[in-house]
Amino acid sequence: MNEVVSTAAPQSWYLVLSTLLFSIGVVGVLLRRNAIIILMCIEIMLNSVNLLMVSFSAYAGNTDGQVFVFFTMVVAAAEVAVGLALLVSIYRNLGSTDIDVLSKLKG
Amino acid sequence: MLNILLLIIPLAFALLIWFTKGSTSRMAALAGTLVQLLFTIYAYNQFMALGAAPFEINYQIAVKPNLVAHLSMDGISMLMVILTNLLLPLIVLAGFNRYTERANIFYSLMLLMQMALNGVFISFDAFAYYIFWELALIPIYFIAFNWGGEGRTQVTLKFFIYTLAGSLLMLFGFIYLYTVSPLHSLDWETLRSNPICKCDQSWIFWMLFAAFAIKIPIVPFHTWQPDTYKTAPTQGTMLLSGIMLKMGTYSLIRWLMPIVPDGFKEWQYVAITLSVIGVVYASIIAIMQRDIKKLLAYSSIAHVGLISAGIFTMSRVGLQGSLAQMLAHGINVIGLFFCADIIMNRTGSNQVEGIGGIRTLAPRFAAWFLIVVLGSVALPLTNGFVGEFMLLYSVYAYNTWLSVFAALTIILGAVYMLRMYQKVMLGEPLMEKMQFEDLKWNEQLVLGIIGVLIFALGIYPEPIFELTEPVLKTLTP
Amino acid sequence: MEQFIKPIHLISPTLLIPLFPLLGFLLLSFFGKNLKQAGAWISSLLVLVSFVISIYLFKELGNKQSLDFDVFTWMRWENVSLNFGFLIDPLSLIMLLVVTGIGFLIHLYSIGYMSHDEGLTRFFAYLNLFIFFMLLLVMGNSYLVMFIGWEGVGLCSYLLIGFWFKKDAYNDAAKKAFVMNRIGDLGFLLGMFFMLFYMGGLDYATVLSSAEGMEKGAPLLVAITLLLFVGAMGKSAQIPLYTWLPDAMAGPTPVSALIHAATMVTAGIYMIVRSNILYTLAPFTLEIVMWVGVATSLFAAIIGIKQNDIKKVLAYSTVSQLGLMFAALGLGAYTSGMFHVVTHAFFKALLFLGAGSVIHAMGGEQDIRRMGGLWKYIRITAITFLIATLAISGIFPFAGFFSKDEILAAAFHHKLVWVLLSVSSMITAFYMFRLFFLTFFTNFRGTEEEKHHLHESPWTMTVPLSLLAICSVVAGFLGMPAVFHMPHWFNTFLGPVVETSKGLMGEVHHMEHSTEWLLMGVATALAVASIIIAFVIYLSKKQVPESDEETTGFAKVVYNKFYIDEIYDKVFVKPIGVLSDLLHVVVDKLIVDLLVNASAWFVGFTGRTMRLVQTGNTGFYIFAMVIGMMVLLLIQLVL
Repeated sequence: MNEVVSTAAPQSWYLVLSTLLFSIGVVGVLLRRNAIIILMCIEIMLNSVNLLMVSFSAYAGNTDGQVFVFFTMVVAAAEVAVGLALLVSIYRNLGSTDIDVLSKLKG
Repeated sequence: MLNILLLIIPLAFALLIWFTKGSTSRMAALAGTLVQLLFTIYAYNQFMALGAAPFEINYQIAVKPNLVAHLSMDGISMLMVILTNLLLPLIVLAGFNRYTERANIFYSLMLLMQMALNGVFISFDAFAYYIFWELALIPIYFIAFNWGGEGRTQVTLKFFIYTLAGSLLMLFGFIYLYTVSPLHSLDWETLRSNPICKCDQSWIFWMLFAAFAIKIPIVPFHTWQPDTYKTAPTQGTMLLSGIMLKMGTYSLIRWLMPIVPDGFKEWQYVAITLSVIGVVYASIIAIMQRDIKKLLAYSSIAHVGLISAGIFTMSRVGLQGSLAQMLAHGINVIGLFFCADIIMNRTGSNQVEGIGGIRTLAPRFAAWFLIVVLGSVALPLTNGFVGEFMLLYSVYAYNTWLSVFAALTIILGAVYMLRMYQKVMLGEPLMEKMQFEDLKWNEQLVLGIIGVLIFALGIYPEPIFELTEPVLKTLTP
Repeated sequence: MEQFIKPIHLISPTLLIPLFPLLGFLLLSFFGKNLKQAGAWISSLLVLVSFVISIYLFKELGNKQSLDFDVFTWMRWENVSLNFGFLIDPLSLIMLLVVTGIGFLIHLYSIGYMSHDEGLTRFFAYLNLFIFFMLLLVMGNSYLVMFIGWEGVGLCSYLLIGFWFKKDAYNDAAKKAFVMNRIGDLGFLLGMFFMLFYMGGLDYATVLSSAEGMEKGAPLLVAITLLLFVGAMGKSAQIPLYTWLPDAMAGPTPVSALIHAATMVTAGIYMIVRSNILYTLAPFTLEIVMWVGVATSLFAAIIGIKQNDIKKVLAYSTVSQLGLMFAALGLGAYTSGMFHVVTHAFFKALLFLGAGSVIHAMGGEQDIRRMGGLWKYIRITAITFLIATLAISGIFPFAGFFSKDEILAAAFHHKLVWVLLSVSSMITAFYMFRLFFLTFFTNFRGTEEEKHHLHESPWTMTVPLSLLAICSVVAGFLGMPAVFHMPHWFNTFLGPVVETSKGLMGEVHHMEHSTEWLLMGVATALAVASIIIAFVIYLSKKQVPESDEETTGFAKVVYNKFYIDEIYDKVFVKPIGVLSDLLHVVVDKLIVDLLVNASAWFVGFTGRTMRLVQTGNTGFYIFAMVIGMMVLLLIQLVL
């Protein structure tokens, strides 16, 4: 059995950081009213997951996780593009990006 | 090839009629249905001479899932196609004495309906069958909705949703059949010769049964029917009662019985009991109905109840009788609704009570109406008797006591029909200054043809037996 | 059974017999308007042609041969095929002659009787249609063909009772007749199902030959015979299905004569004689037939005493006589029953036609309390009516004497039945002479106007009366009692039909000649006594039945026919109406439809409730999403 000796931080640190980032994202999404900030918080959550995947990939010595991260980044970029476009449109129409204003779909 | 033409002729005329105006619409519709009728006669001759071969069409729609549009023909299908295409000209002709708004759309829908009905009867795979089955619902919905009477919004919606709900259950049933059947095919022949496991048959039976029972309708799935028959324009009611409900009884024979034979056997007694209860139940309700069309609607429930009871006996005599009765009932019920329409049109009343005395004013109409009534109460030598005799006998052979109960229909039928005839037609006119013109040419023609058919099929039903016997031989054990 | 040799050359004449009346019906239905009086003549002549052909067949076939053939297959399935065919044997020949012969006379009579009616051609069209169906009934070679005729004559009866359709009471009577007949038909139909199922066919040859192989009293035979008898009860107006017949008098009088006296109502007797082997093998049913017959005979006779409508009296007397015939059949005396059918057809048709002539003379009045003294005004009618009255009362040498005597003789070994039937005959003699005296003697009680109107009917009416009167006198000699040492032609002729039954019945009560003389003496004495009582009450004392209001006590109950109609109305008609409304309003609308609507409501309710979740607040959605994810995570953890 070949022991992996690494100078890098132990994996638990990555886990903790990732969890922290994710929680920040969640709390941001829940508490903030500004759509742009909500969008950014979602990005934070996405990136926390990316971080997690990269770290697992490194520890496991398997590149699958890193490949997956690239996918996520591409999708996230596309998502941000659409999301921001929507937000610009909303801002033009309503003069605000406060999500409380967006209640036209009330059933 | 012939099958495609059976579909294309009405479809082409439906499109054509769309672009006509005013009274040319109904002329075009009459022409279209007559062409279709002539073609049906030709097809019948071809079928008798060459069998199913010239009708066979197998069109692969998709490979995965394996969907094939398989159109074919056998005796039962031929009978139903004849029924459809024979009645359509009469239904169109029945509209010649009145003005119909947006007649082009009305008749166009009617011809579309004809195409769908033909499609249902010639489809030999569940996929095409299901599509035509649903397609038939659309025109009649619009006909009932746009040209209907009071309260049509609610009534037609109920009719539509109710039948659609049934159809969806059937669709589930078919999809499940597709997944469990070993050959992954919805072809009728394949489904029939490779029955699925007994454990599944029971609930697939109920899935399909629900759709058919609602369409027929078998008590207690019938509550959409009286109101719909009452509200729909008379020509729509004729389509519904004359042909469309035969889709249900036809499907019992074509689909339910052959492809889930064990489920069919398992629930046979429930279905027969329901049907027979329906016969007596609807007959009793019909006795005191105040609205003419609703009375006829309940009488129709009673008659088709007997048809389905006969089918569920799974005996040759029951099936044979049900086929004879389907044809007879189609003809009679159209006649009845037509007479009801004439009465309602001229007197402005749709009530059984309070008209009276029409026979004095319009003796010819009274005579023809009486003939139709007699056909409906199954007097011997009219078409109603042949079917009713065989059906009651099949129920008898299944269970004596049930047949005693079912046979009450011959008493109750006489009671409600004669009551209606007496109140409406006989006695002194009860309405003030009542006018009642005797039959016009188109009405005379329709009732004349119906009258001739009533006696012709009542005295010599052999062609029906000849046409359907070979199929029934293969369908029954 | 007799030998079924096929004299093929007789097939086409046989087919022509029913076709001529049918032709008449079609002609009159389509061209009636242009034909008018000529149409009536055409239709009568067509029936005459059928009569002539029947005589020809009668001469050709005799009772040694019979003709049995199928025309086409009507219904078929698997290995069953039900054919439409004819059987001409002695029994059908007798019925053929009666139907076409009396039918023709009544047609002829109707030409005069109905001449002023606007529906003249319609009337003759219906009459022809009736003859057609009646012929099918008696000529068919299977129960199914008999059933065609059976229902067909019911239809014609419906059409003719309600002939004057403007009056609702008539229409009600017509509907009642049809529905009550249908109740009987239900029994007939089920009887046929039994035969078809257990015997494999409906033609007489199959059924009767397979019955012969069964043992006496087999449950199957009892069931079949009872069910068929239910049919007979409806058609031949026996208790409890008799109430339609008195109401059926609403129709024109010739109809009452033809359908409700001479032919249609005897179809039940014909049917039982036709299936005599079945009945002989089911003694239990025979017992029931006998008692129903006896009860009906007596019951209807009692009601007859208090009726004041000339046609109602005759109607109840018909019911009573039919009861007598059924009693005869129940005793196993099939030929005697049949013999009475024939003689009764003559004198009862005559009575009705005579009554028609009286009504015609009175300008439509039917109440005997308002008649009287008509003897001198309408002499031919009166004399022929007297002959018929004597015949029905059973006075020697009129036809009724012989046939009734035969039945009473057959009943003699069964003392109670004999007594009851004798009483019934006695009552019959009484009320018939009551009717006769009140109508034709003492003083005229109608209005001046009516008196002025009194006239004898035209020859088309009196000729049939006279011919029937002759028949009512001589028909009895067709069946002389053994004591006269003359051949009993009727029994000999029908011999082949009942041969097997005779063999099966075994013991025959042979009667001493002295007993037979005694019986005849007693019967005649009773009838004469009744006539004398009637004579004393209605001629010497000149009593007239009290008016409706004055009738009290038991007389009122009898006058109101024991309130049977009212009871039926309360017990059957009304409750079915109530049940109909109940099923419609409560079960259909409330329960069944409620379930359907409830499922629709449930969907709607779910929609309305779930809609509230859609607040439109994006923050809330996000919150819900996060909560949802957490819940999913938790579930993942827990599981």
